[in-house]
Amino acid sequence: MRRSLILDVVVRVVFHSSLMLGLFLLFTGHNRPGGGFVGGLVAGAGISLRYVSGGIDEVRSTVPLRPWTILGTGLMVSSLTTLTPLFFGRQLMEHAKFDLHLWFFGAVHVNTALLFDVGVSLVVIGTIVMLLVAFGERMPTVSNPFIRSNEDR
Amino acid sequence: MPNTPAEVVQLIALLIVHIVLGLVLLGGGRALGRRSFLVAATAPLLAVIWAISNSAGVLDGSVPTDRVNWIPELGLSLGFRLDGFSLLMVLLVSGIGVLVNLYSLRYFSAGRPGLHRLAGLLLVFSAAMLGVVTAANLLVLFVAWEVTSITSYLLIGWDDADPKARASALQALLTTGAGGLAMLGGFVLLGQSAGTFDIAALAAKPPTGTAVEVALVLVLLGAFTKSAQFPFSAWLPGAMVAPTPISAFLHSATMVKAGVYLVARMAPIFAEQGIWRPLVLTVGLVTMLTGGYRALREFDLKSILAFGTVSQLGFLMTLFGAGIPEATTAGVTVLLAHALFKAALFLVVGVIDHQAHTRDIRLLGNYGPGWTGPKLIAIVSGASMAGVPLLFGFVAKESAYDAFANGDLAGRQIVLAGLVVGSMLTFAYTARLLLGAFRPGRPGRDVSSGLDAAAASPIPASPIPAVAAPSPWFWLPAALLATFTVVLGVVPGLASGLVGAASESLDRRIEHVHLALWHGVSLPLVLSGLTLAVGIALSVAGPMVAAVQSRIPRLADGQANYLATMKTLNRTADRVTGFVQPGSLPIYTGVILLTAVVVPGFMLIRTPMPDLPAWSTGPGDWAAAGLIIAGGIAATVVRERIAAVLCLGAVGYGMALIFMLQGAPDLALTQVCIDTLGAVVFVLVLRRLPNRFEDRATRIGRNVRLVVSGLVGIFVFVFILVAVGVRTETPVSEEFVARSLEEGGGRNVVNVVIVDIRGFDTMGEITVLAVAAMGVYGLARLTRREGRELKSFAPLRRPGTREEGES
Repeated sequence: MRRSLILDVVVRVVFHSSLMLGLFLLFTGHNRPGGGFVGGLVAGAGISLRYVSGGIDEVRSTVPLRPWTILGTGLMVSSLTTLTPLFFGRQLMEHAKFDLHLWFFGAVHVNTALLFDVGVSLVVIGTIVMLLVAFGERMPTVSNPFIRSNEDR
Repeated sequence: MPNTPAEVVQLIALLIVHIVLGLVLLGGGRALGRRSFLVAATAPLLAVIWAISNSAGVLDGSVPTDRVNWIPELGLSLGFRLDGFSLLMVLLVSGIGVLVNLYSLRYFSAGRPGLHRLAGLLLVFSAAMLGVVTAANLLVLFVAWEVTSITSYLLIGWDDADPKARASALQALLTTGAGGLAMLGGFVLLGQSAGTFDIAALAAKPPTGTAVEVALVLVLLGAFTKSAQFPFSAWLPGAMVAPTPISAFLHSATMVKAGVYLVARMAPIFAEQGIWRPLVLTVGLVTMLTGGYRALREFDLKSILAFGTVSQLGFLMTLFGAGIPEATTAGVTVLLAHALFKAALFLVVGVIDHQAHTRDIRLLGNYGPGWTGPKLIAIVSGASMAGVPLLFGFVAKESAYDAFANGDLAGRQIVLAGLVVGSMLTFAYTARLLLGAFRPGRPGRDVSSGLDAAAASPIPASPIPAVAAPSPWFWLPAALLATFTVVLGVVPGLASGLVGAASESLDRRIEHVHLALWHGVSLPLVLSGLTLAVGIALSVAGPMVAAVQSRIPRLADGQANYLATMKTLNRTADRVTGFVQPGSLPIYTGVILLTAVVVPGFMLIRTPMPDLPAWSTGPGDWAAAGLIIAGGIAATVVRERIAAVLCLGAVGYGMALIFMLQGAPDLALTQVCIDTLGAVVFVLVLRRLPNRFEDRATRIGRNVRLVVSGLVGIFVFVFILVAVGVRTETPVSEEFVARSLEEGGGRNVVNVVIVDIRGFDTMGEITVLAVAAMGVYGLARLTRREGRELKSFAPLRRPGTREEGES
């Protein structure tokens, strides 16, 4: 299997857009189609594109965190969001809503459900990266002279 | 809580002190080393002071009781009460606990690692044991009971480098744990029948019926395993691999009394019901006799004591299990006497072991000067165990005989005869213990000279040199216990208050207990004399007894039973696993699918079919359906795996199209993403499989698959039709829509449902997702590493053994 220059370039162009799309879906999810799950899936799809173009080494260099760290952080964020209301005398998983005034962007509705959703998407991304790391392999041959992989050293 | 008695608050505080101190020692006591025991002694000391300071009120008959709400929804509360019997047990547990801790200071050498762990575990165990004896509620009792099992497991297996210790610990845990499970079942049945788990309420209004009778047998199973009754006694002698202070504390004085304690509590309430009395009396007597008999063929001092303990526990079980007032009083007396002499004997045996580095009675006997103290303690305590007059054990045994000498209990003569024979055996093994340990001028001689001895354990050739004297501080704790034995033996009246209060709290029919040395010439006294005479005869004829014993085949060997049971269990588990997990994916899938079809499908046949809905809502539906059907059929026909995956992807995209057309962009978006990523993951996995399907199915196999998939297809079709058509209530989703913006603060109902309304589901789902991801990762890595691991372990193999697969 050879490494394709065209695929590499296209993936690099699309990658950041897919991350942005994922973020967008995450933030817009509460009012329009989207949500943490889809957001995570889209971002994960972007990461798996990197795998398709450059193998597992590419994924490792793109995602600096270990997959279980992402997974654990996501679970922690979600469970903390679930538990926090208890400390304020509210019910488990009661979400707070308030308006935040940012001088440039104007008023923003903030809902702590968003935090929960952030956790969900982190879990999804973590799972995808974990699958890639578990089953993925390195590019067997490196034909792109601009990318040094571990095999070269 | 306004009306909580101060005693209960203090008791809970004491328990917390035990546990916290124990955990602190476990976690950070490494630097303390041997001094951990000094720290650990403070908690039981506090408990003793507390018990003594509260004893006046309790002895007068007041019973401080209270509960703290624990799980109010389930009606569970942490209830504690302190009555006479609990007070006695607290005094024994904590008093012996203090002594054992002080003793451990001398017993263990300073540099030994892991002592902080031992001290910490001892404290946690003490807390659990105090919990058992002060619990006012069956469930609290159960929890504390199980904690004693677990800490006992850890304590027996303290020397975790020793495989024997680990095996014995496991045996103890499995035996007592299995009994504990049965007991839990019994408690639940009892609680359901009575409507309460409160012990005092049960006593006030005992439930009856078949369920209760079954429950009692289950509870007794728990008590029998815990107190090492026949046929579950094998774990207790095995537990003797634990360090001697642990054996003295857990396996003679405290934990093994838990079963006896429970029987003592319940017998006055339930003795008349079901098979309680015959069962307990039989088991108790058989245990007493077999334990005594086995003790006579042991050579290890600790093993003699262990089988002796089994025998004494049978004795106690018989006394308490009868459930008649006199026997209960006798039981309390024997319990107290046993704790005093047995703990002292264990401590002395520990001293001997520590100084002489052996416990074999065929080697011991040659002592240096300075052993008078330990010898006196051992003789006094042993004589008390044997029932020699002027010692507390005599008073106790006398009251036991008395309980069954009169009265109208059916079969009391048999019980009495059993007790007498058991006591004769007790005398004999006590003599074996004392003569074996201390017979003067007998270095290295064999007392038994039985055939069994030579065959069973080879004796080292040279006798050990004269044993150096121990420090008086070492045997001081034992001396204290022996002093009690003597004082209470000469003036038994001193214990009357405590024994009386304890007995009265067990059985209301008991009034005014008076312990005395001299009851006048009566049947019990005659029997005591007979016991002593036959006991002396048995011990003089020791070698002959041993010779006779060695000819009799071992009838019921508990250890062999345990091993056989474990073997059967393992083999059955293997077979069941082999049958249920054949490792064939088609079979797994087939079973799952068929279950899904048959179970709900059976109900489906009985439901009337609703009217068919409209076939389509527009031309787009036809396109989507075409895509799905084409993809589905293609997936079954194509020969390449990758192609099949892509066909499945087409099915998914067709579904997304339907979602889109029906106005669910959220679902459509998610479906598309999932299918895309799914294809990527499939490709990752498929690289490891052959490119093409290898269809090895026979004609029959193929037909079976066809039938199964056809059934599943029809089932799903009908199921959805029915599920959609039979709705009578308004869908819950309407309320979701109505409340989504108002309360959830979002216009996207789907997302509000996910993160808010059904947020717990999501929480659970992402947890499952995370766990599954880790599982998949682990499995993938495992198979990947296997090849390398074999290579890297190769040099570790023993030279000369040929590697598998090499030939």
